[in-house]
Amino acid sequence: MLLRQKAVEPGILRPARSASMWRNAWRHLLRNRSGQVGLLIIGILLLVAIFAPIIATHDPITFTDPNNRVRVTPCIHLFGCPSNEPQHIFGLDGNGRDLFSRVVHATRVSLFIGIATVTFAIIVGTLLGALSGYVGGWLDNVLMRLMDVLLAFPSLLLAIALVAVLRPLIVQGLNPLLPALFAIGFVGIPIYARIVRASVLSIKELDYVTADKALGVPASRTLFRTILPNALTPLIVQGTLGIASGILDAAALGFLGLGQQPPHPEWGTMLGVERNSVFNGPHLLIFPGLAIMLTVLAFNLLGDGLRDALDPRLNR
Amino acid sequence: MARFLLQRLLLIVPVILGIIFVTFVLVRSIPGDPCIAMLGERATPKTCSAFRERFGLNDNIPTQFLRYSTGLVTGDLGNSIKFGRPVGDILLERLPMTLELAIGSMLFAIAIGVPLGIISAYKHKSPMDAGAMVIANLGVSMPIFWLGLLLAGFFGVVLHDTPFSLPTGSRLTPGMTLPPLDKAWGLTDLEGIPRGFFLFLSNMFTVSAALQGKWAVMGDALEHLVLPSITLGTIPMAIIARLTRSNLLDVLGADYIRTARSKGLGERFVLFRHAMRNALLPLVTVIGLQFGALLGGAVLTETVFGLPGVGKFLVDSIFARDYPVVQGFTIIVAFLFVLMNLLVDISYAYIDPRIRLS
Repeated sequence: MLLRQKAVEPGILRPARSASMWRNAWRHLLRNRSGQVGLLIIGILLLVAIFAPIIATHDPITFTDPNNRVRVTPCIHLFGCPSNEPQHIFGLDGNGRDLFSRVVHATRVSLFIGIATVTFAIIVGTLLGALSGYVGGWLDNVLMRLMDVLLAFPSLLLAIALVAVLRPLIVQGLNPLLPALFAIGFVGIPIYARIVRASVLSIKELDYVTADKALGVPASRTLFRTILPNALTPLIVQGTLGIASGILDAAALGFLGLGQQPPHPEWGTMLGVERNSVFNGPHLLIFPGLAIMLTVLAFNLLGDGLRDALDPRLNR
Repeated sequence: MARFLLQRLLLIVPVILGIIFVTFVLVRSIPGDPCIAMLGERATPKTCSAFRERFGLNDNIPTQFLRYSTGLVTGDLGNSIKFGRPVGDILLERLPMTLELAIGSMLFAIAIGVPLGIISAYKHKSPMDAGAMVIANLGVSMPIFWLGLLLAGFFGVVLHDTPFSLPTGSRLTPGMTLPPLDKAWGLTDLEGIPRGFFLFLSNMFTVSAALQGKWAVMGDALEHLVLPSITLGTIPMAIIARLTRSNLLDVLGADYIRTARSKGLGERFVLFRHAMRNALLPLVTVIGLQFGALLGGAVLTETVFGLPGVGKFLVDSIFARDYPVVQGFTIIVAFLFVLMNLLVDISYAYIDPRIRLS
């Protein structure tokens, strides 16, 4: 259809072709089942994170049960829980705190971790990859062998080691989550560096890049304006999937006691603290775990949807 | 082929050197004094200086690095500060457990993932396809420690005292014993490589029990591996299912499949003889890569099920600042990972001649 339009009106040349490409991708994403579901869940999660203090029924940290009850199973008045009992829709945790409020507040932490770590990894990875691909030579060799070495470690193990190194360095008063944030971001760098390097290499010898050079455009401008936009598509897809794995890694670190510290709510940490409650409080394991799964699933689905929507081979 | 092999082998040399270097630097930068971490209250300046002398911590870093590297070449990984035993021995005792777990989970992943992918591709856009893909999507999104906890809760607590109950911790039921293989075979005074070999094999409980003909013990060991293997194998299972599906969908649309069908070949023959061969090729890569990633997941699985493998021990050693153990374990694990990738490359070149020639 686009072609026919062009044939009819050859005079109209639109310079902003990239905008139409993104609009196209957005349309495809909205038509894609994975994309739809992913976007919907992420939208809800974002709302929950933003309005957490309003949605939460109790304070996630300071509220404790007045009767000192702990690990009480969920009580929902609508579903037949006696109305003289206080309502806790996810029940109480091991310290008598309201589990629902904690799960809701933890949404903020996990979304923040996922997005912050991926942003960090993409920025550093893009710089390294662009440098490596554009400059080439020994610098390329050194940087890429370094990335190979980083990829040779199982990422979770590397993250654990990094947290162990960084944790004691954190000065009192700083957020105890920082080491975990840095570690998760750091282990993500090699993937983005490789993606950017590959796309830089694939187009740096093409005619339109040479044309830039002939016109005397500064190298940095060529790199950022002409070359890097080509790497955007794989970066977006990988970044979305990276948010999912970052959230999973953060939960794993929390579970091992290396992430967010109690009493602050974080899904992985909550599971780690209550790992022995299978018998006397299974709800303490079910709800935080479901929350992790739903969030990770949403980003995975969105990543898949974006991959399909941005793939030019599939553009109908 | 020989040229290709040589090329690949030369390429991993800098990576391995890099691994040793990065590990060494990383381990040295763990803050805190191992002396204080180990001796605690008894850490006086005098005992500490003797301690540092004993473990060679007084030398400068380049000297330590050189000494460590020369030790590595001769297979000496140093002594654990905490346990006073050779790191190599500890590794030989614990690695078999993790390997058993990794193999078990890979078998689970392939046994479930491949058929799931085939059904899903063959019945494309059917409810079965949708169901299989829901399972696959949930599989990659689930925190494995959570899955482990839930499985342990279900099979250990809910189904307790039913025939379906499964063990949720340790390697053997209390009361079951398995003597070391060398003792059972009447071999004594083993030294060097044979000793290491038997130490390794004796701790591979399933193999050792089979070699000793103790079938009850072997069954028990296998039963203890079921839940941890499912836990660790779920992510690779999901990845394999998705990959099998998309590969098979690509292949089933190819011309040669249409030709095969138009020749009047049976559906089953077309699917298994023509389509599967090409569709399963990229799986080799994924299986190899996942094997390495499993070692990271093993930390969580071993923690949940209380298994004495390398993962849990490594994390404990990081916090005890047991430098030699952290160093030795990390290097060996990363080394295995690199080796696995090499094997994948080679087998791939063997299966697909196009790669060798390019």
